[in-house]
Amino acid sequence: MSRSAAAVIAGVYEHPRREIPDRTVAQIHAEVALGALADAGLSLADVDAYFCDSADPGLNSLSMSEYLGITYRYTDNTDTGGSSYLSHVNHAVRAVAAGQCRVALVTMAGRARSERRGPPAGRRNGPEADFENRWGIAATLHNYALVAMRHMHEFGTTSAQLAEIKVAASQHAQHNPHALLRTPVTVQDVLDSPMLSDPLHRLDCCVITDGGGAVVVVSPEVARSLAQPAVKVLGAGEAPKHAGNGAVDLTYTGAAWSGPAAFDEAGVGPADIDYASIYDSFTISVLLALEDLGFCAKGKGGQFVSDGALLAPHGRLPFNTDGGGLCNNHPSNRGGMPKIIEAVRQLRGQAHPAVQVPDCALALVQGTGGRLGTRSGSATLILGAADA
Amino acid sequence: MTGFDGSTVPGTGAFPVPEVAGDPATRPFWDGIKAGRLLLERCLRCQAVIWYPRGFCPRCGSAATEWIEASGRGTVYTYTVARRSFGGWAAAVPYVIAYIELAEGPRVLSNVVGAAPDEVSIGLEVEVVMKADGGAYWFRPAVTGGARP
Repeated sequence: MSRSAAAVIAGVYEHPRREIPDRTVAQIHAEVALGALADAGLSLADVDAYFCDSADPGLNSLSMSEYLGITYRYTDNTDTGGSSYLSHVNHAVRAVAAGQCRVALVTMAGRARSERRGPPAGRRNGPEADFENRWGIAATLHNYALVAMRHMHEFGTTSAQLAEIKVAASQHAQHNPHALLRTPVTVQDVLDSPMLSDPLHRLDCCVITDGGGAVVVVSPEVARSLAQPAVKVLGAGEAPKHAGNGAVDLTYTGAAWSGPAAFDEAGVGPADIDYASIYDSFTISVLLALEDLGFCAKGKGGQFVSDGALLAPHGRLPFNTDGGGLCNNHPSNRGGMPKIIEAVRQLRGQAHPAVQVPDCALALVQGTGGRLGTRSGSATLILGAADA
Repeated sequence: MTGFDGSTVPGTGAFPVPEVAGDPATRPFWDGIKAGRLLLERCLRCQAVIWYPRGFCPRCGSAATEWIEASGRGTVYTYTVARRSFGGWAAAVPYVIAYIELAEGPRVLSNVVGAAPDEVSIGLEVEVVMKADGGAYWFRPAVTGGARP
């Protein structure tokens, strides 16, 4: 009996040397990547999924895909020690079978032999570090301020418009007994808070908290026997936003790609969304995401947020009804988990009654990792209520 | 172009610039800075200017690259005035972080020095200055007319 294959291995390459003191780990990744692609008769431009382990330079897939010149639709940094790469191949097969990618590249590199003789070189930092770590970008704040300044320059966005985002989050946070900041603030409060890195004020920044969360994903068959109303994952998208070989454009984020991908899979559009959890490390993070996700035109985010659009329950796009990262929680400087959880509360009808969106059927969750001013990862989920 | 000795630029003495980690692919760039020259890597196959330098072209995959000397001129693409900072940079505030769009195309991170923060704006024409020991390159408002001592 012949079996059909969901995916096949088309190219391989083993680095011929066994001691490589004159290359960084990143360079070795590049050499084996190009070798395996050549073996397969493919090029870097064909690659749309990338896998490496979590110990690889910089922010793993994010730094390494930029370094290699790859734009991915699917990535995975599973790290299970020596078996990692078998897992990567397995995941790549599943992703191909599911239509998430067509050409998945798995690379592995290290310098265990050379590094016995001295400190690891170029292992912890990304290959971009020498060109980014000597200008006093001492906090994430400084990086995002570069983005906000450019948006204001190109589109006339104002500090008062950014402040509206914080104001809406604070209105929601007053109903969350667990929120770090529960006192509503005004636009003037934001503008009067200290200017930390022009044009961002203290109140443009998220809170810093300990904490965490978890999500359990199960099959529909399993879900049928459970008590909670099921929340459907209807669509998902992922994308990196690189510095682009020097062609930096700070006016958009990876949500411009991950958003449409998620909408397309779900078969819905921005106008269908009842509630949105938008990653809010800073007010500017929200503004760019709203534009990139298509809730308003590029450059019109400032106007969009200025008439109470984000306020629950009756704004055009109620957002972050738990108070978001700006007021509630941004655990370990990674705010994605609370975003998913609040969207699930909304779709179950379990948000606080003061901010519960009536008949909430479709929600969007936007996650933004890394740093918008240099390289960032974007992930978008479209979730649906049990009866959606 | 020949760079200026940035150690004479007021304010930069407070910048806690780290050592260059470096690697074989980027050594010519940092050797150039030490010699007062801003070098850019360019792909011999597709002619793309490569930033940051990495020893191969992320656009076409070629490992054949060359070094060209940049004009050292550019404009401010965006900037921020760091009024609060952390670690060794806390004592350096206020200072200006910026993306400089080089005349050759790449937008590169750096500092604008030799100007008060309020004098910096998007579009400002700037020129490169080098740190005396080669560990950094900064940009200052361009001298009108281009002639420099």
